[in-house]
Amino acid sequence: MITKQLEAPLFDTMQSRYDMLRLNQKDSISEYRAEAMEAFTRLGFPSVKNEEWRFTNVLPIIKKEYDLNSNIDALSTINIEKASTLLEKHFITNFKEKVYKIVSINGVYCAALSQLPQQEGFFFSPILKAKDHPNFKKNFGKVLNIKENAFAALNSATFQNGAFISLDKNVIIDAPIHFIKIILADNNALIQKRDLFVLDKFAEMNIIESYIKEGTGDVFLNIASEVVVAEQAQFNHYDLQKSDEHLHIIQRTEAQQSKHSNYRNYVFTLPGAGFVRNNLSLHLDDAEIETHLYGLYLSANEQLIDNHTEVHHKFPRGESNQLYKGIMMDKSKAVFNGKIYVYQDAQKTNAFQQSNNILFSQNATVNAKPQLEIFADDVKCSHGTTIGQLDQNALFYLKSRGMSETKAKEMMVKAFAFDVVEKIEISELKTYIGHLIAEEMENR
Amino acid sequence: MLSIKNLHAGVEGKEILKGLNLEVKAGEVHAIMGPNGAGKSSLASVLAGKEQYEVTNGTAMLDGKDLLEMAPEDRAREGLFLAFQYPIEIPGVSNINFLKTAMNEIREYRGLAPLTAKEFLQRSREKQELVEFDAKLVNRSLNEGFSGGEKKRNEIFQLAMLDPKLSILDETDSGLDIDALRIVSRGVNKLRSKDNAFILITHYQRLLDYIVPDFVHVLADGKIVKSGGKELALELEEKGYDWLTNN
Repeated sequence: MITKQLEAPLFDTMQSRYDMLRLNQKDSISEYRAEAMEAFTRLGFPSVKNEEWRFTNVLPIIKKEYDLNSNIDALSTINIEKASTLLEKHFITNFKEKVYKIVSINGVYCAALSQLPQQEGFFFSPILKAKDHPNFKKNFGKVLNIKENAFAALNSATFQNGAFISLDKNVIIDAPIHFIKIILADNNALIQKRDLFVLDKFAEMNIIESYIKEGTGDVFLNIASEVVVAEQAQFNHYDLQKSDEHLHIIQRTEAQQSKHSNYRNYVFTLPGAGFVRNNLSLHLDDAEIETHLYGLYLSANEQLIDNHTEVHHKFPRGESNQLYKGIMMDKSKAVFNGKIYVYQDAQKTNAFQQSNNILFSQNATVNAKPQLEIFADDVKCSHGTTIGQLDQNALFYLKSRGMSETKAKEMMVKAFAFDVVEKIEISELKTYIGHLIAEEMENR
Repeated sequence: MLSIKNLHAGVEGKEILKGLNLEVKAGEVHAIMGPNGAGKSSLASVLAGKEQYEVTNGTAMLDGKDLLEMAPEDRAREGLFLAFQYPIEIPGVSNINFLKTAMNEIREYRGLAPLTAKEFLQRSREKQELVEFDAKLVNRSLNEGFSGGEKKRNEIFQLAMLDPKLSILDETDSGLDIDALRIVSRGVNKLRSKDNAFILITHYQRLLDYIVPDFVHVLADGKIVKSGGKELALELEEKGYDWLTNN
């Protein structure tokens, strides 16, 4: 089941990395780290013989050698200057209203380039500085499943950077927070980031995560995020993945929700990052919870985009909605694996899942696997998967009205993506993503 | 305007059009009738540039330009319009955005500035009224959930908006009830002018009661076997096609 460690020197490298850390960094999370390392050692890196990784071979990523210290002088003057220029170029510029910024360079929070909300009841700090915050103490390490997930375990054992955000009761952040992960890597680098977002009762927040990478180094970004959404709280969580082929992302986001809360996760993956594996796991730990998962992936070149989702309905009258749509171009590959678990007590659950895929080229591949496990007897659940091609008759129809092939394809791709894009609640982001799609479809 | 000479074309090696000749001049309305499988819709598809069709011989010139050499979009930009027998539903593409994009691409091809939003809207209102097309449908997704009649009326609305030189109506009357047929015909009659031309492909004489053609042609086995005035349609209605195809 696991990759032979001989093939992946990274396994040993990380072991010794952890040993060093254990000696030098003794604090309240040492025990957690030890537990995580134990899990990682037991699990090892997954191979394609592991069902969860059947279509997604991580070997090319884990057999590389990486600089583990790209975070150390991440905030050098020259890096901040570089990052500042990159920001101007890549920042989503069309925001009419204000937007907050939390910028990190190689995982390290950069205060100079950030703009935090000043509202009372909003708390932000780099994650290792948050250890005394009550919401950190209460929630850190409680959501993420490290027992069965090697990369999340590795992250938990050895991470040094990340963000902690906590919203007090009733705090509604008045503008979206744009999380910009800037990666500057001329050499190969392994960057780990660990985030914890806690929303207390009735709190509301919108976060947009995005990536900017510069430098020719191969980067393996291993991210783990924990999300806690208390009663009646609302969290719209957007992730906009667009970078270059040298970026390899493996991330795991787990969210724990309480009664009447609403968590929406949106992930948009565009041509760029060579390898993307998104693991999203939602725990509906109370009754009457709403959760929405939206994904749109547009893959090109030799990109691999893999979305794995798990929704755990544990209590009655919960509602979950999943819609993932993908367009695969060139020689790219996509994977969708969605699991819905309806536990025995979760009566009157409504759980829906839909995955639609369009193969835009003869050489593209998609593997879609919807799964439902239901142990309650009074539920409404459905799942569906389609894989097809752009409708040639529709293309001809558009062209016969004078529209160029490119424009006609763009229009059809946009139409296909529409169901997902229209779910975006931030209008500037909606427009921006529309532009990105149009840009990608040009010259195809 | 349109000059087709000795046109041979087929699908997957099967010849469907076998040496077709047709001349259409500005201001004229031609009806093409004929039995099922004669090649009527194939002619429309070949002229519009549907990729499945392979032209093996002959020419089709629109105002001196070789249509058969052009991509489908360029044929449209040169002034050809095909009203589909089965208009396609495209969910998520808004009817009006689609038309605006198409119009502006055509205008760009002809070296004209794009219409302003106001100009476009005004023109759209005018044409909606002219062809009696429901404003509610204009803003919906392209043909999605439209009834058969609404789809055909949308074709005529598009025709009115794009103002082509030559329009081919491929069995526009099929599946229409008498009211829809009247509305569609009224639209076409209002759009007729000395500068444009229409080819009506139809199976039944019924349409020609409403849109009166200048010429009627009978297409059988890939060729025009008889041409005449509008009275030919009545003769066909009475006698059927057998008397033309059996000899």
